[in-house]
Amino acid sequence: MLQRGIWQVVRVLSCLALIVGAVGCGAKSEQEVRLGVNAELTGSKPTVGDSCKKAMELLAEQINQQGGLKVGERQIPLKLFIEDNEDKAESAAAAAQKLISQNNVLAVIGPNASGNAIPAARICEDSGVIMISPWSTNPKTTEGKKYIFRACFIDDFQGQVMAKFARQHLKADTAAVLYDVASEYNKGIAEFFKQFFEADGGKVVAFASYTTGDKDFSSQLTTIKAAAPQVLFLPNYYNEVPLQVKQARNQGLSCAIIGSDSWGSQELLTLGGADLEGSFFSTHYAPDIATPKAQEFIKAYEAKYGKKPDDVAALTYDAGLLLCNAITQAGSLDRTKVRDTLAQVREFEGVTGKMTFKGGGDPVKSAVILQVQNGQFKYFASVQP
Amino acid sequence: MSCPVAIALQYLLNALQLGSVYALIALGYSMVYGILTMINFAHGDIFMVGAYLAMWATLFLLGLPLNLPIIFIFLGSLLFTMTLTAALGVSIERLAYRPLRQAPKVSAVITALGVGLFLENFTLATIGPEPRQVPAIIPVQQYSWGGVAFTNVQLLILVVSLILMVLLDTLVRRTLTGMAMRAISYNRVIVPLMGVSVDRIISLTFAIGSAIAGAGGLLYGLAYPVLDPYMGIRIGWWAFIAAVVGGIGNIRGAVLGGYVLGTVEIFTPVLLASSTYRDSVAFSMLLILLIFKPTGLLGRPTVEKV
Repeated sequence: MLQRGIWQVVRVLSCLALIVGAVGCGAKSEQEVRLGVNAELTGSKPTVGDSCKKAMELLAEQINQQGGLKVGERQIPLKLFIEDNEDKAESAAAAAQKLISQNNVLAVIGPNASGNAIPAARICEDSGVIMISPWSTNPKTTEGKKYIFRACFIDDFQGQVMAKFARQHLKADTAAVLYDVASEYNKGIAEFFKQFFEADGGKVVAFASYTTGDKDFSSQLTTIKAAAPQVLFLPNYYNEVPLQVKQARNQGLSCAIIGSDSWGSQELLTLGGADLEGSFFSTHYAPDIATPKAQEFIKAYEAKYGKKPDDVAALTYDAGLLLCNAITQAGSLDRTKVRDTLAQVREFEGVTGKMTFKGGGDPVKSAVILQVQNGQFKYFASVQP
Repeated sequence: MSCPVAIALQYLLNALQLGSVYALIALGYSMVYGILTMINFAHGDIFMVGAYLAMWATLFLLGLPLNLPIIFIFLGSLLFTMTLTAALGVSIERLAYRPLRQAPKVSAVITALGVGLFLENFTLATIGPEPRQVPAIIPVQQYSWGGVAFTNVQLLILVVSLILMVLLDTLVRRTLTGMAMRAISYNRVIVPLMGVSVDRIISLTFAIGSAIAGAGGLLYGLAYPVLDPYMGIRIGWWAFIAAVVGGIGNIRGAVLGGYVLGTVEIFTPVLLASSTYRDSVAFSMLLILLIFKPTGLLGRPTVEKV
């Protein structure tokens, strides 16, 4: 009898705890807009994660200084939850899971690298949580998903831009590609480049691969040199490209070298130095032809962090702005309403140019081609979609 | 460059360069195993620390307003790196492995893995995760000989590793210290009775093995001038396989294994059209070799003493 009584008390207490908990959470989520950041803070691309984190912190600071984000009649402050995904697919998924179940975020910004963004996107989609990847250009990130968006163009477009550039501007008939076969981004863009370059009448004479973390590319470069290409396409990350270029030049490979948006970090220049002089790559925006909106962002970023924002910072800022605008427009913190507003955004003026969403998660936007000149990135051309 | 012989030679040269680095690190694994029958899994990370030390030494010497000759900067960095990695190896042995010498073997192996993780994460915490660039000590000069392209840095790596290997071989085979090392590896119980200080010889083994790994780190930095805190893991594993393939515990075997592994790494993408098979080829080779020759290429079977 006594035991039964104790059980009753326990039951009542746990019910009460549940109710209080639910009310507590409900009240809390109305007091702040909870946003998750899933970034590559450690691992092989720490610069990417760092830029992503810094840009989001800048945006949150700017919005909170004005009293918060306008949602309906109220001004609600932003609260960021920042998670490190260690630049690993499994940790990216775990970080997304943690942000959703523990921190109960409205939306997640990041991951940036496609290899991390694709698994994290699956988690967010299944939970019905909005995810915007600033920098993931692989089509698979958003493909067939409702809640997943990105702030950048996709690799089909980028591969086409670089293939066209190699054919028309560099007048190349033969090309070679060296790419990381273990990374979704590198593999995707390498294949699109090959497809468009050959459709354009060129010939890819060597299509060599390596695996993430390799430091020695001499074997593949010897194969490439034997095929004598007129241009070498390296759609790889900024921490690997300098070694590849150095080893290519040491083997006497003297053809033009081009790359993709994964080059766009200042680290590329500090690590690569003179070997990269004259190379071209496609990317999201060019700081030296910045619009007034971009100039404002660059100024604020430099004032806060003492260095120029790279493309990841600019795209993250755009991803955050897109989301905040959609929340204000939807006038609600309901995930489905915000998602529907986001998918219909037209002519959004971001730091990296104009973006239009046509119901899906991929924006229509332009690309720029930059060249390394005197150890700096210089604007070379714009390509419209 | 269209001549197939020249292309084959080019691949071979690439394999020699990579094999030299593997061989230098494999030596450390092999020496420690020979004397303690313990696998020092922290060895790859000692190599990583060596690469960072070499970078700082070079930056410091290049930054001095003395305009030192290149050979002096190179030797200075080499000496500095080898001294400090030797000290690191000895301290690790003294602090982490010696207290466990009487404990079961598996404790020492797990401790070694722990020390490796410590070195990686300590570097990550103090220096940060950003990849670092090694300054070029030697201005790279390219040569071409019959279609085979090579650089002065490549030659330097081959020559310096060869010198280190010959020195080590002489030390182990021709000096009294070397004799003591071989004696301890033969029987650790009897040797102290002959008046040999086992602790001193073990410390010396760690010092030499780590110094050579440090030199490997410097040479590696010259060839692949981007460093990160995790670089020791993969290289460490490959060097470990090299030591086992050559016959762990055998100095010449480690060198042979290093070059075999370098060849596997370079020729897999050529023959199988994708580098993705690299690790599976290396590990399969190890498995097959261990089935037919469990002691490695040059290892001698141990006789169970009753």
